[in-house]
Amino acid sequence: MTELLFPPGLVLVLGALLMPLGLKIRNALIFSLPVICLALIWSAPAGYIVTLPFIGFELEPIKITTTGKLFATIFSLMALVGGIYAYKTANTLELTAAFVYAGSAIGVTLSGDLITLFIFWEIMAIGSTLVIWAARHEAAYRASVRYLMVHLFGGLLLMAGIAGHIVETGSIRFEALSLQSVSQYLILAGFLINAGAPPLSAWIADAYPEASPSGSVFLSAFTTKTAVFTLLVAFPGTWLLIPIGIYMIFYGIIYALLENDMRRILAYSIVNQVGFMITGIGLGTEMALNGAAAHAFAHIIYKALLLMSAGAVLYRTGKRRCTELGGLFQTMPWTALLGIIGALAISSFPFTSGFVTKSMIAQSAADQHLVIIWFALAAASAGVFLHAGIKFPWFVFFQKDSGMRPPEAPRNMLLAMTVFAVFCIGLGIYPEPLYAILPFAVSYEPYTAAHLVAQFQLLLFAGLAFFVMLPMMKRTLTISLDFDWFYRKFLSATTRPGISLMQVLNRLVNLVIKKSWQTFQATFNASRFSRYHLASSWPTGSMVLWIGVILGGYLIADIYL
Amino acid sequence: MIENHLSLLIVVLPLLAAPIVAVLPNGRMPWSISTLVSWAVFAMACIQLINVSTGSVISYELGGWAPPWGIEYRIDAANALVALIVSGIAAVTLPYALKSVEQEIPKHQHSLFYAAFMLCFTGLLGITLTGDIFNLFVFLEISSLSSYALISLGKQRQALTASYQYLIMGTIGATFFIIGVGLLYAMTGTLNMMDLSQRLPELYEHRTIHTAFAFIMVGFALKLALFPLHLWLPNAYTYAPTVVTVFLAATATKVAVYVMLRVIFSVFGFTFIEDTPTDELFMILCVVGILMMSFYAIYQQDAKRLLAYSSVAQIGYMMLGIGIGSALGITATLVHLFNHALMKGALFMAIGAIVYQIGSSRIEHMQGLGKHMPWTFAAIVIGGLSLIGVPGTAGFISKWYLVLAAIEKQHWLIVIVILAGSLLAVIYVWKLVEVLYFKPADESGQTVSNQLTSRKEAPLMLLIPTWILVVANVYFGFNTELTVGTAEQAVKLLLPSMN
Repeated sequence: MTELLFPPGLVLVLGALLMPLGLKIRNALIFSLPVICLALIWSAPAGYIVTLPFIGFELEPIKITTTGKLFATIFSLMALVGGIYAYKTANTLELTAAFVYAGSAIGVTLSGDLITLFIFWEIMAIGSTLVIWAARHEAAYRASVRYLMVHLFGGLLLMAGIAGHIVETGSIRFEALSLQSVSQYLILAGFLINAGAPPLSAWIADAYPEASPSGSVFLSAFTTKTAVFTLLVAFPGTWLLIPIGIYMIFYGIIYALLENDMRRILAYSIVNQVGFMITGIGLGTEMALNGAAAHAFAHIIYKALLLMSAGAVLYRTGKRRCTELGGLFQTMPWTALLGIIGALAISSFPFTSGFVTKSMIAQSAADQHLVIIWFALAAASAGVFLHAGIKFPWFVFFQKDSGMRPPEAPRNMLLAMTVFAVFCIGLGIYPEPLYAILPFAVSYEPYTAAHLVAQFQLLLFAGLAFFVMLPMMKRTLTISLDFDWFYRKFLSATTRPGISLMQVLNRLVNLVIKKSWQTFQATFNASRFSRYHLASSWPTGSMVLWIGVILGGYLIADIYL
Repeated sequence: MIENHLSLLIVVLPLLAAPIVAVLPNGRMPWSISTLVSWAVFAMACIQLINVSTGSVISYELGGWAPPWGIEYRIDAANALVALIVSGIAAVTLPYALKSVEQEIPKHQHSLFYAAFMLCFTGLLGITLTGDIFNLFVFLEISSLSSYALISLGKQRQALTASYQYLIMGTIGATFFIIGVGLLYAMTGTLNMMDLSQRLPELYEHRTIHTAFAFIMVGFALKLALFPLHLWLPNAYTYAPTVVTVFLAATATKVAVYVMLRVIFSVFGFTFIEDTPTDELFMILCVVGILMMSFYAIYQQDAKRLLAYSSVAQIGYMMLGIGIGSALGITATLVHLFNHALMKGALFMAIGAIVYQIGSSRIEHMQGLGKHMPWTFAAIVIGGLSLIGVPGTAGFISKWYLVLAAIEKQHWLIVIVILAGSLLAVIYVWKLVEVLYFKPADESGQTVSNQLTSRKEAPLMLLIPTWILVVANVYFGFNTELTVGTAEQAVKLLLPSMN
């Protein structure tokens, strides 16, 4: 048993910084770092804590908890498989950024105090922004700035909340917090922004599809799931999270159904899936929390698998709109097959990982007799099948023949996809190892006859609905407008008003100065002092005026108020 | 023997160096002597800081005349920290100066330039270390007069106007200060700060004292460029030679903030300030200043000017700490004073390296340079992150303490302003990064005013000092023993009532 003194997340972050040294070093790091990290995570028992003094606090940069370990494990796994998928096509900037990003996400899951958490949180925002930049095209630059602004805003809310929490309670521990004052609400808001909660849900679908094919695979895994983790630890059973989660579920479905860009469809479905987890956290029973954690675990795998197959298609064809794709199963059969496995898993098809995890959340709603929530979740499951389970594979791989005959995806991409596909099916058939590492003991049996029948019925009718309404579902070349349109337009539209506002301000100040100066000059010229020359040009004069204003104003205020 | 006189030597060494440098022939000699002097002063400042870091105070009687009759040099944690910044920045700026000055200033002025630089250095150190308020005025004039000369050496003709404007404003500021000092002297009959602080409490109700305070405050608000008295600063920073900009941006305003801190807390005492509208006034001006100046920075077309406006906004952060007036607030002010010197020093140096290569600081001339000058670009990025206040950089520590101080006093509006300010900082830093890295390089060679244009990495003589400051930005983001530790010691001395 070795002493674990170095935060496993930092291994990835610092190791990643060595990547630009050379291609061979880079590739060696891609395969070795996540494995080292994983080994470190599992080398320490739950409850293991390392402390470090910093600006007057005892930080806990490493605190191993069962929940943290679960998330850290899947994050390192994701870094490894994502690395396999990306190492041939992605540029070094993207891989470095992606590993920094993954490392800081692991850092968050293993941090025992709010300050460490916040530091990793901000590194995560920068790392992920760089992943988007690395796509190196104009739309990606623009998207990355918007993305960065949203995340820094979230980070600032979080920072204000943490500072307030520390001042109020004197505690920096990262543990279950009660919503007693503004500070805790700010922390909650900071977490929720990263989770993609309303009203800022749009950043996911805005930014992720602009990244490179491999970049969006990395992006899909970490930010939202870290937010799920923090909510799970800090705010379990907060009633407020249930409506937010339900909103996200339907928001994701509706926008995904309207969307034409295949990666945007998948991005919206991230919002939708995170909605399930947040609802689970809001329900707050042991089974619901287990369900949320397990669902996050499974979701990372199948969503990465889906984005990998979409990425492979994009890499081979250069097309991303459903209307331009179709019939690709003929030349990319493996990509199609693996993509379909991911699609089945996200629709919680029996014997896939989605089935054994998502049902835990619905079941706990039923156990608490929350009928409306249960119905909403069931309806949403059908919706997921519609938008992600059928729509994505159907329009990309089947449908009409687009005439394109791209070659099969590169071997490393297929390998990465296969690994995750095996996980999807493996966890579906034999979920016990996953259940064993969940935060609470599990006594849940997914494969009951009633459950199987219900799920098959649901999927069957949803599938039927899809093909019956196919003419309506056919996507024309559309772009869905979302809330991000407002701030997008706002940003580009402010440059001009910004400058003119500045000019107006300047003009106003100048006018006031000019008027007072003219009045002064008029009286001055009339007086006999005017014979002496006063050397003062415009701007200097205005400064002097300000001095007078401040001094005079201050003295009056001081003496008479 | 010599240890006893360290307090004075710090100030006298550069003062003696100035005339020597001035008569040396133009060549490398003036530069090497100034550099050596700055390093020696830096070493002495380090020793003094170690001596006072335990909370003790060193009192040095000039010429053996005991205070309050003689001039006293009084060193405690607060001014030892400021002296460390001033001498440290000089010690890294002067090596940087060799190449930069050779290019920007005509050869026949070199020895005069270094002499003026040494005088300015003397003045700033003197202001920092003296315990006598009239002596402070003398050093203020030394530093101001030499900085007018330094700014006017800028290559563009606007430098003269900028310098002239600064001269007018600086003179008004200094005059106001001396008026205030005169009034204090008339009322108390003493010029020693410690002595003043003992005699003032019984005169608190007196209007003359209030007027004196108003004059001193407005005078120094001018020197430290508190919004809206900042109007001289953008021009001065933009048109001054690069080295001068680096040095003044990192030290001059910081020293002025320190004087404000000293006058408010050591001389008058915060109980006096609480009865006056000063703290409210500072808070209002800072809040408006932070937002407006960050906003102005976004729309600047010149990199130096952009950073200058950002400096005015950052000064707002420092003065906010004073306005809040709690132990945490002053800690934040002192820590930010130190950290901001590091970040602005690094950023202005990096921009200076670009100016050295392409001969212009206009943002549109910098398109695509990031790929040709990766180290300079990386320095701008890290400096920028520190300016924004990202965890892991020095800027975060300052922001953190300021937010804590604001929350402790329940000033939620100020919390919002601090956070909004850092979002605005993201925008203007991003503006630089975008042009440097993401805009395609304009290979056709846009007509930059001279033919120096070369798209290569800057020479090591410029890069090494820049990177020393960049590394310091990261180091002090993790190790806060020096900054926060010393600041907390200083607070104990400045706010004795809090303990």
